[in-house]
Amino acid sequence: MSAIHCHQLCKTFRQGDEIITGLDHVDISIEAGEFVCLSGPSGSGKTTLLNAIGGLDTPDSGEIRMGDIRIDQLERGPLADMRLHHIGFVFQAYNLIPVLSAEENVEFVMQVQGIPAAERRRKARDILREVGLEGMEDRRPAQLSGGQQQRVAVARAIVSQPDLVLADEPTANLDSVASTHLMGLFSELNEHHKITFVIATHDKRVMSYARRLIKMQDGKIISDEAQ
Amino acid sequence: MQGLRQKFSTLLTLSWRNLWRNHRRTYIMLGAIAVGVWAMIFMTALMRGMVDDMLNQGIRNLPGHIQIQHPEFLDDPSVVNSMPEPDGELLAALNQPGVKRWASRIRVPAVIASERESRGINLLGVEPAAETDISGVPAQVSEGRFLESKQDKGVVIGAKLAQRLETRLGKRVVVMSQDPDNNLSERGFRIVGIYRAEMPGLEEFNVYAARDTLQQLLRIEGRVSQVIVVDEDYRDIESLYRSLQKATPDTLGIKPWYEIDGYLAAMFNMMDGFVLVWVVIIFLALSFGLVNTLVMAVFERVREIGLIQALGMRPRLIVYQILLESLLLLLIGLAIGNALAIATVKPLEGGLDISIVAEGMAMMGASSMLYPKLTLHDLLLANSVVIILGILTSILPAWRAARLDPVRALNTT
Repeated sequence: MSAIHCHQLCKTFRQGDEIITGLDHVDISIEAGEFVCLSGPSGSGKTTLLNAIGGLDTPDSGEIRMGDIRIDQLERGPLADMRLHHIGFVFQAYNLIPVLSAEENVEFVMQVQGIPAAERRRKARDILREVGLEGMEDRRPAQLSGGQQQRVAVARAIVSQPDLVLADEPTANLDSVASTHLMGLFSELNEHHKITFVIATHDKRVMSYARRLIKMQDGKIISDEAQ
Repeated sequence: MQGLRQKFSTLLTLSWRNLWRNHRRTYIMLGAIAVGVWAMIFMTALMRGMVDDMLNQGIRNLPGHIQIQHPEFLDDPSVVNSMPEPDGELLAALNQPGVKRWASRIRVPAVIASERESRGINLLGVEPAAETDISGVPAQVSEGRFLESKQDKGVVIGAKLAQRLETRLGKRVVVMSQDPDNNLSERGFRIVGIYRAEMPGLEEFNVYAARDTLQQLLRIEGRVSQVIVVDEDYRDIESLYRSLQKATPDTLGIKPWYEIDGYLAAMFNMMDGFVLVWVVIIFLALSFGLVNTLVMAVFERVREIGLIQALGMRPRLIVYQILLESLLLLLIGLAIGNALAIATVKPLEGGLDISIVAEGMAMMGASSMLYPKLTLHDLLLANSVVIILGILTSILPAWRAARLDPVRALNTT
C-alpha cells in the first residue's frame, strides 16, 4: 500500500441555510515517499482534503484510493483498521490522551495493534529518544510543553512505521524554534524512513521543507508544483 | 490471543485512569452505589429475616412441618376425627434417623372457665418433652412451669387469657369439651404455668394440658388428633415427606406445611420475587446517577474520543472502554456496599428488638424480635442485578460515544 489517488472529490457542508464548498472536484495523486504541503488560506479545503484522505470524513462524491483500497467505501470498522495500520495523524492541538504518559501515548497505537509489551516499550523508548524526549517518558501531557507534546504526537504517528503521515497545522501552536525542530524531524523521517508526509499548513517556513507544494483555494487545487 | 490481551490491557488502563479524572464525581457515584447496594442487601436481610420468622412462627402455630391426621380433621377438628396412636410401619418411619422430632397431640375446641369469666379455647394435649421443638411454648413460660409429663394434671395458659379470665398462676380453672359420644366432659385443672407468646394473639386461645390427661378426660384412650413431625429445615422436607407418605395408612391423611397453610406457602414462594423487585427498584434509582456520570464522562471527553477514533480504535472498542469504565465503577461500589452490608447485618443476626411495634408485627404473624438473615443467594442476586442492569444502562452512553463523528469530535471546543 503506498500511493494515494483522489479523483473528482467533492464535499459540501451546511452552515445554517448556507452551503459551503469544502472540496470541489479535486484530483490529486501522491506517490509513496513524497513530502507534500497543502497550503492555502483558511477555508480553502486543506483540512477537508486531509480528513478525507485519512478516512475521518466521507466525501459527497468522488473516489479516494490508497493502493487498491477504496477508502471512501469502507465501513467505520475497516476504516478504523486502515487508520490504525497505515496512517499516522498529527493534529494542530489536543494530540495526546491526557490520562496516559508520553510513553503510553506512543505505545497506544501499537497496543491497539496487539504488539507485545516488550517490543512496544522498546520501540516507544527508541522513538522518544529520536524525537529528543529521552527522560520524559513518564510525564503526562500536562507536564510537557506544546512543542514537546507535538513531538510525542509525531513519535506516536510514526512509531509503527505507517505508509502515510497526515499532519494538520502541526506547527500552529509552536514557537519558531519548536517549529524548526519539528519540521527538521519530519524531513529526517521522510528521508530515512521513507514515510510519506502530507502536511496542511499556511506557514511559509513549513512550506519551505516540502518537495511538492499544492495550493488550494475555495475547495479547488489552484497549483501543484515540485520544489 | 496476545492481541486481545493487549487490547484489553489498553481498555483497562484507559478506563481506570478516566475513572479517576474527576475524583469528586467518581467518589459521589461510588458513594451512591455503595449506599444503594448496602440498602438492597440490608433491607433484603431484614425482609428475609422477617419472612423467615413469619414462616417459622406460622409453621410452629400449625404446628410442625408435616402433619398426619384423620382425613377430615383439618376441616372439622373435633374429637370425633381422631386417629390411633402411630404403630407398625408408620411408627418405624417416624423413628427413622432423619426425623428431628415427632409427637402425637390432641387438639379439640373447648371452653375454659375461671370463677369470674369463661372463654372458648383450643385445648391442646401435648407430649411436654417434644413441645420445645414443635411449638416452642416451654421456652415462653414466664410464670410457673411447663408441663412435666404426659400425665401432668395442670394446664399452661397464655398471659392474655389469664387476664381475660381474671385468674392467675396457681388458681384452678374448669375445662369443658365433648367426648366422641357428644357427652360433656369437664375437669378442674390447676394453672401451673403462664406463657407469653412471641405472637400475643396466641396467648388468648392455646391452652396446654398433658396428652394422657386429656385422653382420659375425652375418653379417647389410645387415640390422638394428630401426629406432628418436625424436620431440620422447613425448606427441605421433601424426602422425609415422601418416606412418611409411603408409611402412612390409607385411612389417614398426611400433609406438608405448605399444603396445610396456603398463605404461608404463597409467602414462601413470593419472597424471592419480593427481593428481586426491591433490588430492581433500588437499582432504578441508582441508574439515573450512573447514566448521568457516564454521559458527563463522555461529554467531557468528546475530543479525546475523536482522537482515539482517528488513531484507529474501532467503534466497538470504544463501546467496550466505556462499559469497562462503568463496570469498574460498579465493582468498586459493589465491593464497598457488600462490605458495609455484611458489617452491619452480621452484628444484628443475634436479633433486633422491635417490641415497640410488636402488635403490628403480630398482626403480620411475626415476632417482636427480628433476626436479619444474610443469604448467599440474596448477595448474589443483588450483585448480579447491579452488574447486569448497570451494564445495560451504560450501553446507551457507550454507543453514543462510539457513534461520534471523529471530525466533529476533534473540532469540539
